[in-house]
Amino acid sequence: MNKIFKIFSGSATVSIIAIILGLIVGAIVMLVGGYNPLLAYQSLFTQVFGNTYDFGETLREITPLVLTGLAFAFAARTGLFNIGGEGQFIVGMTAATVVGIKVTGLPAIIHAPLAIIAGGLCGGLWAAIVGYLKAKRGVNEVITSIMLNWIALYLANYIVRHFLLMQGKQRSEDILPTASITIQSLSDLMNSARIHWGMLLAVLVAVFFYYFMWKTKQGYELRAVGSNPNAAQYAGMNVGRNIVKAMFISGVFAGLAGAVQILGVFHNQTVMSGSPGTGFDGIAVGLIGMNNPFGILLGAILFGTLTYGSAGMSFGAGVPPELIRIVIGSIIFFIAAQGIVRWFIKPFYSKRKKEKVL
Amino acid sequence: MDWVTTLGQLINTTLVFSTALIFGALGGIFSERSGVTNLGIEGFMMFGAFAAAVGTYYAEDAGMGAASPWIGLIAALVMGIITSLIHAVASITFKADQTISGIVINFLAAGSTLYLVKLLFDGAGESPLLKEVFNKVSIPGLSQIPIIGEGLFHNYPTTYIVIILVFVTFYVIYRTPFGLRLRAVGEHPSAADTAGINVNRMRYIGVMISGALAALGGATVTLTTTSTFAHNTISGQGYIAIAAMIFGKWNPLGAFGAAAFFGLSQALRTYVTLFPWAHDIPQEFIYILPYLLTIIVLVAAVGRSAAPAALGQPYDPGKR
Repeated sequence: MNKIFKIFSGSATVSIIAIILGLIVGAIVMLVGGYNPLLAYQSLFTQVFGNTYDFGETLREITPLVLTGLAFAFAARTGLFNIGGEGQFIVGMTAATVVGIKVTGLPAIIHAPLAIIAGGLCGGLWAAIVGYLKAKRGVNEVITSIMLNWIALYLANYIVRHFLLMQGKQRSEDILPTASITIQSLSDLMNSARIHWGMLLAVLVAVFFYYFMWKTKQGYELRAVGSNPNAAQYAGMNVGRNIVKAMFISGVFAGLAGAVQILGVFHNQTVMSGSPGTGFDGIAVGLIGMNNPFGILLGAILFGTLTYGSAGMSFGAGVPPELIRIVIGSIIFFIAAQGIVRWFIKPFYSKRKKEKVL
Repeated sequence: MDWVTTLGQLINTTLVFSTALIFGALGGIFSERSGVTNLGIEGFMMFGAFAAAVGTYYAEDAGMGAASPWIGLIAALVMGIITSLIHAVASITFKADQTISGIVINFLAAGSTLYLVKLLFDGAGESPLLKEVFNKVSIPGLSQIPIIGEGLFHNYPTTYIVIILVFVTFYVIYRTPFGLRLRAVGEHPSAADTAGINVNRMRYIGVMISGALAALGGATVTLTTTSTFAHNTISGQGYIAIAAMIFGKWNPLGAFGAAAFFGLSQALRTYVTLFPWAHDIPQEFIYILPYLLTIIVLVAAVGRSAAPAALGQPYDPGKR
């Protein structure tokens, strides 16, 4: 436990200051626009914590972000830039929908896990294509990921429109009740906020991430390839296989995110006119969490809370909810450009040092 | 259906669709050739599309008539340069992770443009529809040539500009001292530094040109295609432009080819439906085709990409 804390305690100060600075930037932007930032942040807070329904829905917002954030971070630890979380998310959604609708006659205890596994597995395989092409042919992973994002989007629409369509609607039929992972009792308790088992799964995946990456030999190899592929190869590791493996596991996480959204939240899949964006937001979550699984949990909580609360800002203070993107962008900016944050806190540190000398 | 006209129109539509992508890809080249990864192209395009919509709108209001879209274009240019400074300061001066900084740009762009639209236009979700946008201009004489006349010489002014810019960029990067320096700081910054080149200044210039060009690309979408700025005016073109840049191996002519390829496949979407045999193909497969082809071409022919050697690394003179 001590070690877990150690992993990000060094950066925790910077992160907290970055969050504060981000909120200040947001406040300044609101002031310039003629809004009341205090009222806005207060409304944001009330929107999230004001009643049990909204609190539950905030958890619902956070869950897929944890998983796509972990997906981004897992690949990043192996030195890969997985911008394809979006596509893997969509593939995971679609696989879960197909299993949720087409596989019949199973009890819930088998059907729901099967649908989740299908989502994770298909997301993983989708990402493994990227890893394979990079390992075998040296094709830049960014470009293949971007291409596969679009392919996933259209492929998902094709599958929904041609095999799963509900008569007269631009969406699939509902998944069978046996495939649902909604926790009905908690849902009822929270005024039908959409609470589901995926929330527990997301936390478990974060723990798995930590254990696998820092406690197993395979995780050590992945990190070695990430920090220096040449050294890793010289030490006898198979760099190509590790790249494929990292992409696969990363894709599994993103695929799971898609699966739980379908099985726990929407219970059907729409024909999408554009990308849902959860995979891209995962990149931001991964960055806020500094690619550390527990940092990502916190990052997703921050991201999800701000996003869900932004609706409250527009009711309560008339502030356009898009403002929250500026806040999140600024937070990432300050986390990335730590030099700026250090420059801000330098006066405090130097003062303290002087006192010590005296 | 007369195939000569159709072919001419196909080339024409291809260029309309690829203009913004070429701008974006050229922008990417200037930044990445100087060693600064630029994933913010999407964001710069968004800023540009927004500035063009607002600039043109107020120019219309001021009674500038047909000159309005040009004002919009200039507004986009200025916007691109200013916003690119965020990326430059973070990634060059403060040595932030360049990839992250680029993503920050995308976030800030998505947030602030819509925020400003709502602020400026009383809570509206998109900017007012522009009356004065670019119209296609025929070049006298040349536009009479069959096929390529219709294809190449009956186009939007922005398309002519970008095609000229492709060659200008090629010349600047490969045939001028400035281009040599830009490539030098991207390949081996410490060697360039030893030779007396100010590495960080070159990189600032690279990123600023990048932001300016990408913003112009975004502006062309507003001023030739949508006539308004909304949340989906720029939706993924920036990423495709980056793909085109990588596909074209960071070479302006290659990027032009790759961008035109994407433009062609987008144009084909509309044209393929004219043929009866195409009706049996699900439209999604036609949409997928360009992306799938790109991967196949990359795997089969291009292989290992030749990124500038120092791409993504902040310059630290103390490091060996």
